[in-house]
Amino acid sequence: MSEVTVRVQVVRRDHLRRRLLFFGGLAGVLILAAFFSSSLCPYDPYEQNLAIAKAAPSAEHWLGTDRYGRDMLSRVIAGSFTSIFSTLLLVGFITVFGSLIGIFCAWSGKWIDTLIMRLADMFLAFPGLVFALAVAAVLGGGVHNAIFALAAISWPKYARLARSQMLAQQELPYMQAAKMAGCTPLRLICRHVVPNIAGPLLVTAMLDIGTMMMELAGLSFLGLGAKPPIPEWGSMMSDTRNLLATQPWVTLAPGFAIFLSVMIFNLLGDTVRDWLDPKNRR
Amino acid sequence: MVPVLQVEHLRKVFPVDDRRTLLAVDDVSFSVAAGEKVAIIGESGSGKTTIARMVARLTDVTAGRIFLQGTDITQLTGRKLREHYRHMQLVFQSPADSFDPRCTLGDGIAEGLRNFGWQKQAAWQEMERLLMLCGLEVEIAQRYPHEVSGGQCQRAAIARALALRPKLLLLDEATSALDVTVQADILALLARLQRELSLAYLFICHDIALVQDFCDRVLVMHEGRIVEEGTPDEVIGAPQQTYTQRLIDSVL
Amino acid sequence: MNEIIRYDHVDVSYNGKCVLHDISFGVQPGEILGIAGESGSGKSTLLRAAMGLLGKDGLVTRGDIWYQGKSLPDLVPQELRRLCGADIGMIFQSAGSSFCAIRTVRAQLWEMMQAHGMTDAQLFEEQVQELFARFGFREPRRILESYPFELSGGMQQRVGVAAAMLLRPKVLLADEPTSALDVTVQKQVIEEMLLARELFGTAIMLVTHNIGVIRVMADKMLVLRAGEAVEYGSASELMLRPQAKYTQRLLAAVPQLRR
Repeated sequence: MSEVTVRVQVVRRDHLRRRLLFFGGLAGVLILAAFFSSSLCPYDPYEQNLAIAKAAPSAEHWLGTDRYGRDMLSRVIAGSFTSIFSTLLLVGFITVFGSLIGIFCAWSGKWIDTLIMRLADMFLAFPGLVFALAVAAVLGGGVHNAIFALAAISWPKYARLARSQMLAQQELPYMQAAKMAGCTPLRLICRHVVPNIAGPLLVTAMLDIGTMMMELAGLSFLGLGAKPPIPEWGSMMSDTRNLLATQPWVTLAPGFAIFLSVMIFNLLGDTVRDWLDPKNRR
Repeated sequence: MVPVLQVEHLRKVFPVDDRRTLLAVDDVSFSVAAGEKVAIIGESGSGKTTIARMVARLTDVTAGRIFLQGTDITQLTGRKLREHYRHMQLVFQSPADSFDPRCTLGDGIAEGLRNFGWQKQAAWQEMERLLMLCGLEVEIAQRYPHEVSGGQCQRAAIARALALRPKLLLLDEATSALDVTVQADILALLARLQRELSLAYLFICHDIALVQDFCDRVLVMHEGRIVEEGTPDEVIGAPQQTYTQRLIDSVL
Repeated sequence: MNEIIRYDHVDVSYNGKCVLHDISFGVQPGEILGIAGESGSGKSTLLRAAMGLLGKDGLVTRGDIWYQGKSLPDLVPQELRRLCGADIGMIFQSAGSSFCAIRTVRAQLWEMMQAHGMTDAQLFEEQVQELFARFGFREPRRILESYPFELSGGMQQRVGVAAAMLLRPKVLLADEPTSALDVTVQKQVIEEMLLARELFGTAIMLVTHNIGVIRVMADKMLVLRAGEAVEYGSASELMLRPQAKYTQRLLAAVPQLRR
């Protein structure tokens, strides 16, 4: 009889917690930086100095200057305030508003559910950015109107998700048990439905931060968002796009800022999704 | 004496698509007396779970009437229906899904008491009494459903069902998802509770061997109808219908 | 020893955690081994270890599973794939979900046979019809032309057993093959598996929590609890005179119908 074979198993450790802390920390730093952006700027982002216009990156101006001689680093930092907070405001609003509509539809059922959901389908069937463009064109430019335009086309996604999640939850035994324990519909929704559907909604919202930031920047790029001279990443890229061939840093700096923020929020969203997945918990 | 539960000519039709429908329950009538243990036996698709859901008013009936302690609850909704849930509770098949994954078991059990006006302190004490009644440690109140075993979770579900002191428990395959050794423990618990609290059971089950010693009366369901009815010994010892005979012959 | 498959001091670990410990037994050709256990006993893992279906976290960390002089855990994936199906057949709890939902039963069986080297469609048709006839299917043509969802759960399971037997495997690994079925249908599937053994001399490793199924089918029986073998021996002997305390408790808990 031969010896018993022994095989070596590589044990995979779960770094989920560390990943969550890391990306959560990065997102936190980004938001804090945006909040204190005015005091973080090395120069006044509005101060023009044509003598040093279109200067290349140097020790004094790390990201160079734009065509009016404004310090690009300061403008990118200052721009984070508008770009990040308008995105968070937009995503927060559509998440709460859309989910409430979805929950209301799932709860009420019947014709009002059908009516609102067909309306949502109509919004979804429309090419999003074109619709936003139309809304922004009617209401005029400005960050507020851009947010409003994007909110108008984005809520159906959350309404549908919240509705389908709630309908699925309602079929589970614990919801029926709670109903039989004498819970009123309001208590059922607040105590059981909302906590249990918050996860998927939160993850969708996190992953949407990146998309929304791009769409807001896109609207600004097209001249329908923030108005110059207010620094905003999208409009900064738009302003400077004809310098791309000669002084690429003025366009690339806000572009890179968008890229970085979108990536951080997307990775955070992925991590939160893994973290909420019960399979990944002991 | 008024039966705890009386069901008259119950029908349920599910729409399959635009043209076709499925007759899940077809003209079913039966009653459950106070303190009686009645089993509904049937294979999948026989309509037994649909009956439980209709009796619990979790699904609307197509036709027929349901009387709970003499009151017609067939059309009740809202506050009036909630009031009647005091007398009737349901224990589900899957222990893991019958508690909110984000609430502790203690909160889940005490919820019904709180809804019916118990003070927090008193509800918590009552909840601990119920846990002990169902053979659980008091510490389990702090745990979440995924942290306890299937058997413990099902005991907690029974504790919750008993919180409002119902007269009737609907047990929808309440032991089917459990390991056999655990199933035996839960059946023993149910038998003890029935004696102590003189509960009536509607025991919905696919395993005829399980109900033989447990129930007073057996209803055999097949394709939406009750095909046979009697004491377990009558039904198992001398089945009148070929379907019942086939069912008994298939048991290993 | 003429055992067809042999487990030799097998340990299985998931991500460093041992879920099966020191399991040894052998199965003779044509023998039916019933593996009984409750949830968490590792009974399904035992079968999955032979088929290389432990997933990326699972590994046979110790011991060997011998099949025709080869140790299955050490085979390269291609070689294991060739053995699975042709030499080692499998049936799962729901055969329906191991079929592809959007293609007919015939197309899927044909694809399976092609993967194992069959080229003659005419021959395939004859073989399938013959096998289905031997298993007593009343309308073989209708079944072949059906999509899996058009068949009842019991019929899906019966087709699953027949499909596994198309390749004439020497061992059939069955993981809870009747647990999702009603008792009347369960009986048909049991009879079909027994017929398969009779016709082709196939050995069967049957994992189930249903002691009744083991009682009517198995020659040998292995009782597992929390990854350890509690008791192993002749099924009838073990049912009659269980030695281990756990086996006694397990058997006592099974509800028996007094007729």
